[in-house]
Amino acid sequence: MPDRLPDRAAIRAEADRLFSALQETGAQAVEADILLPAGALLDLYGEDIRARAYVTQDPIRGEMMLRPDFTVPVVQMHMAHGAEPARYCYRGEVFRKQDHIGARASEYLQVGYEVFAREAPATADAEAFALFHRLLAPLELRPATGDMGILLAAVRGLHTTDRRKAALLRHVWRPARFRALLDRFAGRTAPPPARLRLLDRLRSDTPEALMQAAGPFIGLRTPEEVAARARSLIEDSAAPPVSHREAALLDDLLAVSGAAPEALARLQDIAASLPSIAPAVGRFSDRLSALAALGIDTAALPFQASHGRSTLEYYDGFVFSFHADRPDWPPVASGGRYDALTAVLGQGRSIPAVGGVIRPGLVAALRAAP
Amino acid sequence: MTLKIGVPSKGRLMDRTFAWFGARGLTMRQSGSEREYSGSIDGLDGAELVLLSASEIPRELSAGRIHLGVTGSDLVRDRLADWDMQVAELAPMGFGQADLIIAVPAAWIDVDTLDDLDAVAAAFRAVHGHRLRIATKYHRLVRDFLAGQGVADYQLVDSLGATEGTVKNLTAEAIADITSTGETLRANHLKTLFDGLVHRSEATLYAARAADWTPAARAALADLARRTGLVPPALP
Repeated sequence: MPDRLPDRAAIRAEADRLFSALQETGAQAVEADILLPAGALLDLYGEDIRARAYVTQDPIRGEMMLRPDFTVPVVQMHMAHGAEPARYCYRGEVFRKQDHIGARASEYLQVGYEVFAREAPATADAEAFALFHRLLAPLELRPATGDMGILLAAVRGLHTTDRRKAALLRHVWRPARFRALLDRFAGRTAPPPARLRLLDRLRSDTPEALMQAAGPFIGLRTPEEVAARARSLIEDSAAPPVSHREAALLDDLLAVSGAAPEALARLQDIAASLPSIAPAVGRFSDRLSALAALGIDTAALPFQASHGRSTLEYYDGFVFSFHADRPDWPPVASGGRYDALTAVLGQGRSIPAVGGVIRPGLVAALRAAP
Repeated sequence: MTLKIGVPSKGRLMDRTFAWFGARGLTMRQSGSEREYSGSIDGLDGAELVLLSASEIPRELSAGRIHLGVTGSDLVRDRLADWDMQVAELAPMGFGQADLIIAVPAAWIDVDTLDDLDAVAAAFRAVHGHRLRIATKYHRLVRDFLAGQGVADYQLVDSLGATEGTVKNLTAEAIADITSTGETLRANHLKTLFDGLVHRSEATLYAARAADWTPAARAALADLARRTGLVPPALP
């Protein structure tokens, strides 16, 4: 980052100011441990977070992690003993290893706000966005919005096998792999030669015979698992490709980008041919009304259907961020809806949730800038 | 201040390094007994030989305690964040070649590509309740490679030796390791993925950007570059 960050006292004061403003909305202030059990976080994010988080060993509690974000501990706290609906705010340090030389901080403050509510998701989305918009208004940041729910609905609605849909859904957050899978499922690219050879051999031999010929079986993955996947590959090769029409509609959807009203019109057009996205597009429309009711100029609000695809993979609906006009800066604030995450962490229970965080260090830097 | 050149302190890597410089008219030799880790270089004024373990050379280059260093490109790229901002590659040296590859059990007839590995990782996690483990000592290289390829639902487990045995010992499901002929892989009933080449490693001569490049060190480097036909790097 080109600018030097203001001193810690100035950043702390900015965090306090933002935190007070959130409390004034009636949100309940909550705390989270800095040292968190690593298990739940690693299970959720895998190597992505292991590379970014400070992991350490506790002699009694096992593998622990310096808090990489607040969302997971706040969701866990709410799922354990939260009343409904609930609005929380928090403030504190988060820790992220930086694997690149440069000025990005590995320890910084976050101030956040989360809403857990079963009713009126469009209103809750608008409330979170409008609140951040109001707090950050003097900084003239550039907002960005998207909706992961529309893309997820489009994939779920494809006329193809459940296995293919599951593979695509798993990689919605990894655009390159998603593209490769879609191209293969749609028959736009040929399967790799090794796959064709395997399918050829499976025409005359059983998976068991091929395994026997390949050598002794080692490791935890069982011969039954290998045989099951071999059979699923045969099934998949017999399944018809995703139609060119549907694949093209998905491409069109991913390319939607512009002011929110135009994006909505474009998505409604696509929904006429891809009816599975109609409910999600309806929610987008409701959200725009709710945002307008809260005083947001939706006519100029940018919307990108692919916004949020390269973030941590828990947002599954509305996504938003606010950007300063500085190259190399991360977003000054970001957030979104994460309904599915509450189910993963809720041990059988779930509740719709939306929220986000602001980085007071960046806010203070912008305020200090001439 | 002399130009400090870090070279591997033992074995074939040291011999080949000495031979590489020798073929260019610069005689390197270990001083004193074979156990003493210091050496000398004839025919180059103002240069000093520092004998180090090949695995320590990336760190010494990063800290700028040596000006030049010979080590495997796998070690530099794995151990140093933004390696090309910390060191300049002067010359690949034509020996110490080995490939960092991803390998799985040969009996996994359904897995030949990263795409297969990724699909199997998802299914494995659902069945076994934990992520598919890949044993390696090259965490940064392997993680960056798999992230770039969009592979998910795996975890890296640290393996400092006998990595090929981890699958049989049930401490990993796959490995990422250095191989030159593939014989050890075959002996351990493993096979390489078709697109599983993470990095093609080779002994390489590096210059440390953070070293103290005094006029004397620069003069010695210019002399060395002229004698070996190398293009000296742009240094701060």
